[in-house]
Amino acid sequence: MNVAIRRVFWGVVVLFALLVVYTARWSVIESDSLKRSSLNKIPALREWRDPRGPILTTERGTIARSVRSGSGDDVHYSRRYPLDVLFGHPAGYSYVTRGGSGLEKYYDGQLVGRKDEFVSVLDSLLGRKREAQSLVTALDEPAQRVARQALAGRVGSVVVIEPRTGRVPVYVSVPGYDPNDVRDSDGYARLNSDDGSPLFDRVATSAYPPGSTFKVVTATAAIDTGAYRPSSVVNGDSPKQISGTPLENSGGKSWGDITLTDALTHSVNTVWAQVGEDVGSDTMIEYMKRFGFYEKPPIDLPSDQLAASGLREHGELLPDETPIDVGRVAIGQERLAVTPLQMATVAATVANGGLRVAPRLAVSFEDRTGRTKDRVGVKRITRVMSAATARKLNEMMQNVIREGTGTAAALAGINSAGKTGTAERARGNQAWFIGFAPAEHPRYAIAVTVEQTTGQGGTVAAPIARQVLQNLLR
Amino acid sequence: MATGPLEAAARLERLAAQDGRAVLSARNRELFGLLPVALAVAAGFAGVLITREAEVNDATLTYGLAFLVFCLVGHLFVRWRLPDADPYIYPLAAALAGVGIVMVYRIDPELAREQAQWFVFGLAAFVAVGLLLRDLSLLERYRYTIAAGAMVLLIMPRLTGGVTNGAYLRIDLGPVEFQPAELAKIAVVIFVAAYLADTRELMVTYERRFLGVSLPPLRYFGPMLVVWAIAMLLLVFIRDLGSSVMFFGGFLALLYVATGRLSYVVLGLAMFVVGFLFFESTVGHVGARVDAWRNPLDPDLYYALGGSGQIAQGMFAQADGGVLGAGLGQSILTAGGDPVLPAAQTDLIYAVVVNELGFVGAVALLLVYLLFVQRGLKTAMLATDPFNKLLAAGLTAVFALQVFVIVGGVTRVIPLTGVTLPFVSYGGSSIVANFVLVGLLMVVSDGARRRHREGGLL
Repeated sequence: MNVAIRRVFWGVVVLFALLVVYTARWSVIESDSLKRSSLNKIPALREWRDPRGPILTTERGTIARSVRSGSGDDVHYSRRYPLDVLFGHPAGYSYVTRGGSGLEKYYDGQLVGRKDEFVSVLDSLLGRKREAQSLVTALDEPAQRVARQALAGRVGSVVVIEPRTGRVPVYVSVPGYDPNDVRDSDGYARLNSDDGSPLFDRVATSAYPPGSTFKVVTATAAIDTGAYRPSSVVNGDSPKQISGTPLENSGGKSWGDITLTDALTHSVNTVWAQVGEDVGSDTMIEYMKRFGFYEKPPIDLPSDQLAASGLREHGELLPDETPIDVGRVAIGQERLAVTPLQMATVAATVANGGLRVAPRLAVSFEDRTGRTKDRVGVKRITRVMSAATARKLNEMMQNVIREGTGTAAALAGINSAGKTGTAERARGNQAWFIGFAPAEHPRYAIAVTVEQTTGQGGTVAAPIARQVLQNLLR
Repeated sequence: MATGPLEAAARLERLAAQDGRAVLSARNRELFGLLPVALAVAAGFAGVLITREAEVNDATLTYGLAFLVFCLVGHLFVRWRLPDADPYIYPLAAALAGVGIVMVYRIDPELAREQAQWFVFGLAAFVAVGLLLRDLSLLERYRYTIAAGAMVLLIMPRLTGGVTNGAYLRIDLGPVEFQPAELAKIAVVIFVAAYLADTRELMVTYERRFLGVSLPPLRYFGPMLVVWAIAMLLLVFIRDLGSSVMFFGGFLALLYVATGRLSYVVLGLAMFVVGFLFFESTVGHVGARVDAWRNPLDPDLYYALGGSGQIAQGMFAQADGGVLGAGLGQSILTAGGDPVLPAAQTDLIYAVVVNELGFVGAVALLLVYLLFVQRGLKTAMLATDPFNKLLAAGLTAVFALQVFVIVGGVTRVIPLTGVTLPFVSYGGSSIVANFVLVGLLMVVSDGARRRHREGGLL
């Protein structure tokens, strides 16, 4: 019987070898793919065992911080947002159960202190803990507050860009949401089913018809190509046949022969439609692309939160070869749909002498002791137009504030530049204002939009821009 | 002369015995074997305590100390009543129990306290076996009583007990729950060993060939069918696939050892597979287990009640462990009070071991089990009486299969079923039954080795 017993032993050895192989399979060979499984909560839970770095305003006010809970080996951290609704959209949220959004998602790696595989293996052997970093943003709490209050509950958004650096001090979408409410599933369900769509980002996700603010893009194409000068004269009578159908000026007013400067100041549709037809759709689309249309804005937010601006239908960009009514595109009609972030970029580019800079919410990362670990530099600079063209547009836009449709945006003692817009939609007007200040050495470029209003860009959006710029230039 | 680890070990012992200076007596080797166990348990408790930082208190340390004192008490008993028994079986069992108490302590200190109490009961059972069963022919004589007892034990949960994960595994005895399959496995082995010790020669002598396969005469083949029927009964009525595999596998191993006929094993396996496939397609509980085993990461199965959630979470815990593990006390078992790894202290304790001690630690644990199996089979080889031989081989085979069934379930070699990891999982019946098993092996070993010593063979 001993021979058989010996064989039984070897049988057991074979079975145990199988156990060793399968243990290796899950713990070593397929470990990484198991960690990536969406069903696997352990990697996320492991990250929440250590605090995440805070998100700070430019004045080091706390937008997001981690609080400790649980005890023993069930210690974990979760996120709190002390400023509640104020920075809901740019900051986003991050919870084990819900994942993340906004800055929390985009800068997840830095906030957690995650490192690449090799460094982390080295660290674990040396007993070093990963180090969460603080995210210092350009966000300006007082200005953000003023922008929210100026919107006064009206659905819309305000976004400000510093033209030279691309930093974004104001990013407001109304209605907003309190990221603290997302923590429990009831709160999240309520926000999701709310008719006002408070989770929707009206700065970067919503695309609206831009109305007359788009005339700045048309003017750029007209002047930068050398086809027109600000003093070029075009007949501004109303109505005019554009693509076979009559187009009217606001109030049906005929302006006779006027300069492009005056046509921008008074937002004369027929003039800009003719200019657009003259410039042609290829050139118009070329300049739109230089401004950043037709791609997602290069801002530091998750891609699913960003929409590309341009000619769109059913939420999709139209292919370049699609026939378009370029005259109506030139005045911001047709199938144009643009995000406020894109329009702010247009204003910032003119303000920056024709150079377009990628907008950035983050400024720097700091370690626990407050030492700067990494600075977010100026990124993606594109020349959209010559400096001379930009100077001419700057002056034309100053005229809009001085004596045109944008007087309500005028600042006391500071020259500013801008353009209003009003797009008529099925349920009320889409009011717009884009601009920058001070006109001579621009520090802030702004875009303001208000949905479903009875007012005009000049009466509804321009005063909001004035309050926000006034506060920023305090 | 045959070679292999079993023979090599035996040869070493013979050499040691022949050497007049007597390197170390068996019992002193046993005592030294307990040293690394003591160190490992102390290190384990220290590790868990360091991770828990604030929660260091004296009471927790006393569990560890009490555990070691009881190990020593058991050792002294062996010195007194079983002086010739194999010197490694007891320290290996203690090492496994030590790993168990550290892991269970890490999961829940309160459970570790209960586990320590069960450990005392287990030692008492071990002592009782050593005291009462000096003559194992007693078991041989009462084989039918024992077999009947096993049947009653197995059917009781279906009549009185509670359902765990769709299986009838427990009997409620007031404050104590009892899993009868643990004791029944020993009873079944005793019965089969006794039966085969008598009939094995007749089975081989009177076998006939049928369709090219050697078959024993039906008269002796009958009991094989009975055991097969018990395994199927377990599968369908008790819904315990794990125990079913364990029992039937142990039976086949015994049948092979007794007759030396591989064809019987193949035939038995075929019968089991046919039965299993039939019930897989007809009994929902069995089929669901197999589906969960095949596609544990299918979201529908994952979220289904009694679906693949448990096995998937066990895989995730192993993935979290990696080569060297997260460290004692560093696995994530709960989040905000909710379990991340269900049944961590029983079915999935191997996943916790992989998570915290890594692939390396888990392989070390499997090696301890393999060494235990090696000692058990060595004992069987040394025994001269057929019943003792078959008893030791059968008990060891069932023990090895139990490890295979639960570790194989957690690592997805086979569908996951609810049997305990011997000595490591939390659970009173399991601890007590396995100490009885160790006691029986030690009694067999003591007798066999004494005969060898007296016969001048060792």
